[in-house]
Amino acid sequence: MAAGISMSRHQEPRQAARRRINLGRVVAWGCLILWIAITLLPVYWIVRVAFSTQRDLLANPTSLLPVNFTFDAFKRVLGLVPPDEALAQGGYSKVLNFWLYLRTTAIVTLLITSGSITFNALAAYAFARLRFPLRDKLFSLYIVTLVMPTVLNLIPNFILIQRLGWVGTIQGIVAPAFLGSAFGVFFLRQFFLGLNRELEEAAKLDGAGIIGIFWHVVIPLSVPALATIFILSFMTTWNDLQWPYFAGGAGRVEGATVLTVALLVFRAQQQSGIPDFTGMMAGTLISLLPMVGLFLVLGRKVVDSIQFSGFK
Amino acid sequence: MTTQAKSIESMRVQARPAWVRQWLSRETFIAGLFILPSLFGLMTFFVFPTLRGFYLSFTNSDLLTRADFIGLDNYRKLIADGQFWSSLQITTYYVLLNIPFQTALALGLATLVDRLTKSIAVRGVILLPFLIPVVMVTLVWLTIFDFELGPINGFLHLASLPKIAFLNQSLIIPSLAWINTWRHVGYVTLLVFAGLQTIPKELYEAAAIDGAGEWRSFWSVTLPLLRPVMAFVLVTSVIGSFQVWDSVAVAAIPSGGPGGATRVIFWYITNLAFTRFNMGYAAAVAVALFLISLAIALVQLRWFRANTSDLG
Repeated sequence: MAAGISMSRHQEPRQAARRRINLGRVVAWGCLILWIAITLLPVYWIVRVAFSTQRDLLANPTSLLPVNFTFDAFKRVLGLVPPDEALAQGGYSKVLNFWLYLRTTAIVTLLITSGSITFNALAAYAFARLRFPLRDKLFSLYIVTLVMPTVLNLIPNFILIQRLGWVGTIQGIVAPAFLGSAFGVFFLRQFFLGLNRELEEAAKLDGAGIIGIFWHVVIPLSVPALATIFILSFMTTWNDLQWPYFAGGAGRVEGATVLTVALLVFRAQQQSGIPDFTGMMAGTLISLLPMVGLFLVLGRKVVDSIQFSGFK
Repeated sequence: MTTQAKSIESMRVQARPAWVRQWLSRETFIAGLFILPSLFGLMTFFVFPTLRGFYLSFTNSDLLTRADFIGLDNYRKLIADGQFWSSLQITTYYVLLNIPFQTALALGLATLVDRLTKSIAVRGVILLPFLIPVVMVTLVWLTIFDFELGPINGFLHLASLPKIAFLNQSLIIPSLAWINTWRHVGYVTLLVFAGLQTIPKELYEAAAIDGAGEWRSFWSVTLPLLRPVMAFVLVTSVIGSFQVWDSVAVAAIPSGGPGGATRVIFWYITNLAFTRFNMGYAAAVAVALFLISLAIALVQLRWFRANTSDLG
């Protein structure tokens, strides 16, 4: 009897599933697969062009595999080939200081992510748990900043950095984001508010001070939220172009040029003739490795964090 | 003696009004320490620049000589400035190509993913372009769209069809709109997908009992209940779209593209500020863009009644 019921229960969804395998579902899968193809093909094209021989690209625009497979473009971009030989390969004569740009990008990213996590978390905890005058008024200032368009900030911030003599320096690029963001404070405050107070109360009874509670109780409980802020901050910084471009001296200061700016300048300097496409794609591919690494290590967390970032 | 002194001291403390005690408390002191770096950053790089941006727009600041207050002169100039209106027109054209298509595509993809598979891998793949910096994304598509060695024109040529000049004066804005749609749609899809998860399944069952098919329940259940999410998505993506700069910079800095076809508003702002050092006037253009963004956001929020939900 019981078996009979469970049999029919099991059969019901199976029949429903069979019924749903109809034309509509096939078309739906077709659409999804089509979009996945449109998503992946250009990503593959980076690889295809990066491993091609620059001189032979023109003759084989439709070849799906790299044209005359070679590492030349990588060697050229990484400065392992003398300029005249690079030119002979159909590349660009100027040697890209790729390692320097990579180092600058890494320093900028490290400073901004660590700084913003620290200062966001401190402020967020004060807003979530501590009692002090003007708390709600100050917090509403964060909310207002959160929803204001930021178009006006570029010019005044540039003037400020310029007055400090920081244009073309790493501190100029790092400064605005180093002390955190309204979004980070808001996001972490919401998270801290959701934490169970009892653990903090217990630590207080054990004689822990505010700083002790924050460091030993709250921070360990907040690793998922901090990871989200880390991922978003890392991505934003690694992807950013406009501020590092102007604050870093428009690519004219070698020591303050991040990878995105370097690739922009690399392209901008080749307006005439056929640009060094293989070099650009090789540079792109190398620049993407840290993102790929992040995705491989934190995969699901990255997707969840970005999904979360929408709900400011 | 000492006990007496202590009790007098404690009486004096007692005598202080509550607000003074709160200002002087240890908790306020620590909260101040926690908040100070974040608040300093917020004021210096977000709040103050916004105010200063407004102020600058009433001056003739050029970074070198003393800036004078010139009243509404910049705005009078703005109204008669052909390049400003042309830039506004180009930007609006770009936004109209970018946003409706991107939003509809994301809505479709999110619904497909929701119905067909909730696999994190599929969401990861759809999100993939969003993890690639705009600079690299634009470089890849410039390669793919290339007239001579791009694969699309290669296949058109094989099929004896006329080639398409994706990057010429008339097609570069649609091409850039496509490039940014390709990069951004995964992010929007993820947000809409998250919104779909909040819709109770019983509503679909109820709709099905009432005889509604997939199509009908999408229009009558899904769309109305997605309203808060769609409002958020549209407001942020329209504001972002009006500020388009990165991809334009890669495709067409510093000239502004073939025949000036990519002279979007933000190109004009940066051109005025950093090529001609006309900071005051650039700030006035930025204020105009700020007001346009704000107005569009308010109209959208009103239209969507975004702060209310049909779920109650």
